[in-house]
Amino acid sequence: MNGFAALVARDLRLVWRRPGDVAVVLAFFVVATTLFPLGIGPEANVLVRIAAGVLWCAALFAALLSLDRLFASDHEDGTLDLLLLAPWPLELAALAKCCAHWIVTGLPLAALAPVLGVAFGLEPEVLLALAATLLIGTPTLSLIGGLAAALTLGARKSGALLALLALPLCVPTLIFGAGAIEALATGGDFGAHIAILAALALVALATTPWAIAAALRQAGE
Amino acid sequence: MLRRRHMVPFLLEVADLACRRGGRPVFERLSFGLAAGELLALTGRNGSGKTTLLRALALLVRPAAGTIRWQGKDVGAEPETWRGRLAWLGHLEGLKGDLTVAENLDVAERLRSATRPDAERLSAALAAFDLAALADRPIRTLSAGQRRRAALARVVLSGASLWLLDEPLNALDTAAQAGFRAALERHLAAGGLAIAATHTELGFAGMRTLELGSPA
Repeated sequence: MNGFAALVARDLRLVWRRPGDVAVVLAFFVVATTLFPLGIGPEANVLVRIAAGVLWCAALFAALLSLDRLFASDHEDGTLDLLLLAPWPLELAALAKCCAHWIVTGLPLAALAPVLGVAFGLEPEVLLALAATLLIGTPTLSLIGGLAAALTLGARKSGALLALLALPLCVPTLIFGAGAIEALATGGDFGAHIAILAALALVALATTPWAIAAALRQAGE
Repeated sequence: MLRRRHMVPFLLEVADLACRRGGRPVFERLSFGLAAGELLALTGRNGSGKTTLLRALALLVRPAAGTIRWQGKDVGAEPETWRGRLAWLGHLEGLKGDLTVAENLDVAERLRSATRPDAERLSAALAAFDLAALADRPIRTLSAGQRRRAALARVVLSGASLWLLDEPLNALDTAAQAGFRAALERHLAAGGLAIAATHTELGFAGMRTLELGSPA
């Protein structure tokens, strides 16, 4: 577990040294979501209806923006070899990288979403629910995105390929994340949606580290 | 191939190793052994498979055939134990540009051995390559030779039994080369092993050389 903590701490420190990378992601999220009220017009009932879907889609795109550097920077400077050669499981290293990615993107996105939700005229309880769905849903995005990043490592146009790979796999999370808010508004079962979101996160947690490790070993050859 | 010249038992034994890259054989039927305190220099032209051999020894590349044994046991059976014995220097330094020299060494050691290196060992490794004054400089502000020295300090700090070095003298000036030779000498005197792919003459007494053939 020591190596795991060291790797998470290293990645967080690297982000701290270069805060611009995260700032760009969050700025994209803010700009992309505020375009919708401007484009659609101030009809309150329309905005309230689309808010959850828009915020979830924008969060998904924002999370993808930073993913293509997740393993590429380690690949370019040779530190990936050191991870491959570490005497503890590469699966843990893969999980540590995704964990660090979630802390610097998923967590701030979940914190920002309620603030942006105000622009869509959402009720306070809906704002809180929105933050909760993102908090539970974004780990899945980091894990699936990490897998796509590992698979596209070293490929040309890896960013576009990464999005093509990751976006379809993120569809269930998107459906239940936005669906939870819809359920809250229409008197559906909010808890069931949250439970499915959490289940998706757990499935990703239990499967992607192994797939990422396998892809990284392949990239190391 | 190499013959054992004295009756010191080999720690590392490689038998009939073959590697392929892109469907073509890089080398085949490669066998050698290395005892404690021995240095093996890999020579050969570009593309003769020096780096591939080092990567195969580190289990980064899966060999097409052959065995690698440490103290008689196949290293593939317990890859994590084997990796714990290795220190690696590739042609890429494996250093993070935004971290300082000291931070890089610290994190590399924690990733390698899951323990924090004590300050004494850290400063000894830095001193071996004259890096004490550069310890708090980010890697991206250093020259190629200074980065190479930092990467070599990482190898020294690891305290691993077997050093796998790909062109260790690259970009080093004469003073740094002398520092590297002294560090390698201490490592070998302490019973360590080293395999170095190199174009430059390492100039070690008792050093063994394995020349890899040029590809067909």
